[in-house]
Parts: sequence; C-alpha cells; structure tokens
Amino acid sequence: MSSHVWIVRDYIRCTGCRRCEIACSLHHENKIWPEASRIRVFMPFPGLEVPHLCAQCEDYPCVESCPVNALSVDDHTGAVNVDEIKCTSCGNCIRACPGKVPYLHPRTNKAVICDLCEGEPECVKVCTEAGYNALRLVDEDVGVQKKLHALEPNVVAKDLAINLFGEKGEEVI
Amino acid sequence: MPRGYTGKFLNVDLTRERIEEITFPEETLYQYFGGRGLAAKVLWDRLGKSWSEVDPLSPENILTVLSGPLTGIHPGSRICISGKSPLSNGTVGATASTEFPMELKCAGYDGVFVTGKARSPVYLLITDNRCEIIDASHLWGKLGEETIKSLNAEVRRILTSRKPGIGLWKEPSMIYIGPAGENLVRNAAVLTKLVHAAGYGGYGAVMGSKNLKAIVAKGRGPLPNAVATKTAEILLHEYHKRLISKDRMRRWGTGYGGYAVGAETSSEPVRNWQEEWHDEKSMAGPRYSARFWVKPYWADFNCTRSCMKISCIKSGRWKGDITDMPDYELEAYCGTNLGIFRPEDNIHISAIADNLGISGINTANTMGFAAELYQRGILTKDDFGFELKWGDAEAFTRLARLIVNRKKIGDTLAEGTYRAALKIGKMKGVDVMPYAVHVKGIEIGAHGIRSDKDFHDIYYAVNVQGGDHTSPAAETSPENAGVWTELNAAFADSAVICLFTLIEDLVWDFTHAVTGWNINEEKWCREQGRRIIMLQRALLLLGGPDLFWNPNKDDENPQRFYEPLPTGPHKGKTAERAIVEEKKKQYYNSMGWDERGIPTEKELQRLGLESVNEEIKKLRK
Repeated sequence: MSSHVWIVRDYIRCTGCRRCEIACSLHHENKIWPEASRIRVFMPFPGLEVPHLCAQCEDYPCVESCPVNALSVDDHTGAVNVDEIKCTSCGNCIRACPGKVPYLHPRTNKAVICDLCEGEPECVKVCTEAGYNALRLVDEDVGVQKKLHALEPNVVAKDLAINLFGEKGEEVI
Repeated sequence: MPRGYTGKFLNVDLTRERIEEITFPEETLYQYFGGRGLAAKVLWDRLGKSWSEVDPLSPENILTVLSGPLTGIHPGSRICISGKSPLSNGTVGATASTEFPMELKCAGYDGVFVTGKARSPVYLLITDNRCEIIDASHLWGKLGEETIKSLNAEVRRILTSRKPGIGLWKEPSMIYIGPAGENLVRNAAVLTKLVHAAGYGGYGAVMGSKNLKAIVAKGRGPLPNAVATKTAEILLHEYHKRLISKDRMRRWGTGYGGYAVGAETSSEPVRNWQEEWHDEKSMAGPRYSARFWVKPYWADFNCTRSCMKISCIKSGRWKGDITDMPDYELEAYCGTNLGIFRPEDNIHISAIADNLGISGINTANTMGFAAELYQRGILTKDDFGFELKWGDAEAFTRLARLIVNRKKIGDTLAEGTYRAALKIGKMKGVDVMPYAVHVKGIEIGAHGIRSDKDFHDIYYAVNVQGGDHTSPAAETSPENAGVWTELNAAFADSAVICLFTLIEDLVWDFTHAVTGWNINEEKWCREQGRRIIMLQRALLLLGGPDLFWNPNKDDENPQRFYEPLPTGPHKGKTAERAIVEEKKKQYYNSMGWDERGIPTEKELQRLGLESVNEEIKKLRK
C-alpha cells in the first residue's frame, strides 16, 4: 500500500501572498529565503501567479537523468530526494524536467527539489490555513494527471491569462 | 548592526554615472528606522542648508527609494519613495505595495538614493551586491503594461545569460514611471505591479526629471535575519492567524467604500467635492465583485489580508482594462468625483491612470477641478478641444491624455491642482482657488470632514504631508485612543509596512524580535515619530524655491470645506472655523510647535535637532 501523497495545485486560487515560500524556506533553511524555497511563485505578469514545484512524474525523468545517482525516489512519500554530497551541479535534472522545476541553490549550488516535508508539506499547511486552497494535499493516486502540472510557469500563465482576462489575456504574455 | 537590515544602501549619481555603497550608524537607524523617516533625515543632512533653493525637478534633488527594518519580514511588503516634493516643496513618504523591497533586500540593499540626471533615459538594475545603469531609450514613452512586459523579458534575458545553468530565473520586481512622470506631470506617480502606485508627493515627476524610467531588482539571497528568530516566527504566525480571521477586509478590500462612504458617512467627493453624498448602489462592492473581479483575493509578499482584487472588463467599449478593485480612493476619485457612477467607466479611468502613470488620487483630483471650471464656464471647449461634462468617461480619458502629453490646457493642469489654480486664475482673471481642493499643494484624499463622521477638523489642514489621507493630523491623546495619527503613519511608513496589516498589540513585540530595539507606541510618539514629523514640518515650512507656505494662512482646509454640504443626511453641515482654530492650537502645542505652528527651539533641542533650529530661526521673525 503506497503512502504517497501529492500536492494538487489550483493556480487561479493563488493570491501571490508567497507565504508558501516563507514557510518552505523557514523549514528547510531557517530563514525567509524565497530563492531557496522548494516552491517558487512565478509572476510573469501581475495577477498571474504560478506556484512552481515538483510534480513527482510517474517516470521521474530527473532521477533518470542524473549521471551520479544523486537523485532518488523516497519510498515513503514518492518525493525526489537530493543527495547534496553526490550532486555535481551539472544541471541535467533541470534540462530533463518537463517543467524546468529544479534549480541550483543560491548558496550551495546544489539541485533543489521539493521533498514533500516527509509527507506533511509546510506550504500546504499555510495555504490551507489562509483558506486559499491553491495547494492541497491528497493521497489518492492521481496517475498521469501529474504530468499536466510539470509545466514551465509561462505555459501555465498563458492559460491563466486567458482564464482571467479573456481576449486581453492573449496580449499580456 | 541591528537586525532586519542588510545594512547597505546605494548612492547613485546619474550625472557622473557613479555608484557607491553606504551605511548608516546604528543610532541613525534607531532614530529614523527607514522609509519616510530616513528619507527626511538624509534630505535634511544633504540638502537642508540650501533647501529653499533646491528645485524639486532639478538634478540636485534626491530621490529616495527605501525599505525599512520590518519590510518583507512583517506582513504587507511596501516600498517608500520620497525626496523633495514637486507639489508641496516639503517631503512626503509615499508607499506602494510590491515585492520590490523584498527583492532589493534579498539583493543585499535596504534602499537607494538617486541624485543627478542621466544624459538619456536609463533604468537601474540591482542584483546580488551589484547595481548597474542601463540604457532605457527603448522604454521611454511606454505605458505601464508595455514597460513591465519589456523589462520582465529583458532582465530575465540578462540574468539568464549571466548564469545560464542554474535553472529558471524568476521575474524581477520593479518600480517605474509612465509617460506622465517622463513629461514631468507634477502629480505623476511611481508605479509598480501595473496597478499599484506611490501617488502622493509627485515622485513620478522626480524620476522623470532624472531620466530614470525604472529601478529593477532581483536578489537571490535570504531576507535579513531577526534578532530573535523563533519569537519573530511565532509572532508572524499569530499575525497571519489574525489577518485571516478578519473577513470583511479580505472579502471586500476597501471596495465597498464607493457606496458606503457616500451614502452612510457622507464624506465621499462627488463632482469635485460640490457634494459628499450619493445613494448610487451601482458603486457598491457586490456590483463590482459579481461583474468584474476576476481575482477576488490578491496580495503581495507575506500578506494574507488579501484586500486587493483584480478587476478586468472583458467586453464592450473598455474591453481589456485591468485595475486593482478599484479601491475606495479610486472609486471616489476616478468615479464619483468625476460624476461617474458606472463601474465599468470607473474601472476604465483607473486603468488609464495606472497605465499613463498619473496618480489616481492626485491627478484625478485635478481632473475634477478642471471639470468644475468647465461647469462654471471658466474653462471652455476651446481650452480642452472637447466638451468636458460630468460623468463622460470618454471626455475624462481625453483629458487624462491631454494632461499627460501637456497639450492645450493640459499643460497647465499638469502642474497639479494648486499651481494650475494659480495660473488659471491669472489667465482668466477669476479667482478659481475656491475650487482647488488641496492642502499645501497636495490634493486631498477621498475622505471629507464636513459631515464629521469620517475625517475631522484638522486632519488635512496641518498634516505634514498635506492632503495625504493615510497620515492624518490627529492628536495622540487619551480621548483619541485608537485613532490613526500621523505619528502612527510615520511608524508604518518608516518601518515600511502596510497600515492594513499592522496589528497594534503585536507590532512592538515584533519590532523588538526583529531589530532588538525596545520601543513601544508611547515612546515612538514621544521620540522617533515626533522627530520625523518635526523634520518634515521644518522642510515643509522652508519650502521654495517657487512656493513658500505661511502656517498662518496655509495650515488651513480647502475653502470648499467651509461651504455647507448641499445634500444628504448631513445637509447644511460644514467645517467650523472656531473648532479648526482651537484644534490647531491644541495640535501645535501637543507637537511642540509655537502658536504660529513653527517648531520651538526647546523641542528641537530635546530631539537633538539643533541644526534644524538654526535654519528655521528665520521663520520665527
């Protein structure tokens, strides 16, 4: 029985408060550090906020791509774990990711990927507390739909723009 | 170094293209914090002795762009812009809600002081411990929307080319001006995030006078640590819990005001303040919400208040217009004060204001003033090139463009309401000052005093920021407990946090946890706050070079506020001169000013402002 959890994202509900970035970086870095947060909220145009984080693809192309086996799938949560000692900062995982989600940490220069906080993600807690529910934790097997979320922020924002602004949305990005 | 700061500031001289990093002693930061307070201090130190000769639109003026020790860490991230104001000739701390100061601090800087004038248009790019001056010729003349799109793409390209392998670069954050600032419209705003403006003070024109189109920041570092990290974290969580539990502001923002302030407190400007009452339910929140709010909960960095709502018109004449809500101030100034009561027209005028880079409060006040002069036949179709009737959104759109492009009468109106009134009075041989609703050159916020149910007596008359509604001159006394005063405003604007997220019984503990400074409200009002207001008052009274304020005459309400309200539940009510005079005396006394409103030697000495005393001696004669 899989104990995997997954973070559902509903982009249109994201207010851009970025409390997820704050919670994530406080948890992992003991600092408020948006650029070292495992979830980053992009804003290609004002109003188009896109929380960007690992979608745990079924086939884990990032894990496949790592030449030194620094990435592995967590048995318990299904998250991608990064072994910072092994990571050579080659960037293969970034290129392999369909959503270009991983990035190199501003201080350590090692790959940064969401670890699902051992099954209780801090970002989800604060988003739920605020009642926005742009991020929600589910335990069902969402299967291939996951990959629909492994997208670059601009791709998500283009749809979001039309959703929010109608025809005008085609002009803003 | 106290915590909360990065400790570094930037001096940018655009004339000599010289950039240097500077720091301040801890004592200076303790006394002035950041934002509005530190701006006044730096302006005083660098320009105080020649203040009356400094033209606000000359290279000598200093544009200050400052965060504060709590910015980013405390909920509600704002940037504070100041300098010598081209409207009041004093200083205003104008703030706007944005991620810009968070990016600035993450890049390693608390703020920027810009002097001089670039030979051709430029923007500043601030990244990790680095600041560059970059050509902006291709951006000059662009509207807000285009500016954001171009800079987002351009800066991402630059950053990606420098560090291509690190993954996706997130967009930078920026403050910028529209064509209004470029053309030196005196009440032009500094804009950010398409729809947010630092409006009061006219700092868009100051940026324009320096050929500075934008300041763009992207930092990859952390925000500065707090002294007591865990305490700050616990308090932050408590803050958010409380902000989340207050539902009215979250649900409606200030967007319900468009109806309520008119119908209930009767203090909303209607047709250039000829009335302050209306019962148009079209201006109520639900009408906007149901038809135009495409994002009903919107916020900036570290804020769960979500008082902002994005409006978009998806069909009809104004299709594609986007604005924030509009908030109450713009419902009034881009709506009822122009005789506009249709939400789509209101959204349209607000969107036009944002995109052109005028202040939706201040320049829109000037537009209402112009419309009243048209109503009275003082200005005519010849002056505008078209008819300017109340409620005609098309005509007001043309008027906004006329002002921004300084065409026809727009060139005069671009000087702001007060200066335009002086000029038009001469041009037409009629005194039009009774229709100019301003205090010391700053057009007043959309909260009237005549009904006495909203703002009161001297809130604007002796305010060091003129008509700024966020900083009302109210006495801090036991009977005024809980009333928001300019001493409180000086705190919010110097710590640089949002007044809507400030929670009184948490903020001082939070300040202590972040900075290590043990200050409470009483102490702030006696020391820091008082010192900041004192400096601002001195700079305002020194004024010049084109205008000088005389407190006997100019610590006064707009003449219109002494006309009885013609309609509504408070019909007949007006500001009362005797009460205004009495409150002024009390206020002067409580602030340490003499009977003529000039800071006393004794109080200046107590606050360590001896150098100020030397300069204002001449005003006491």
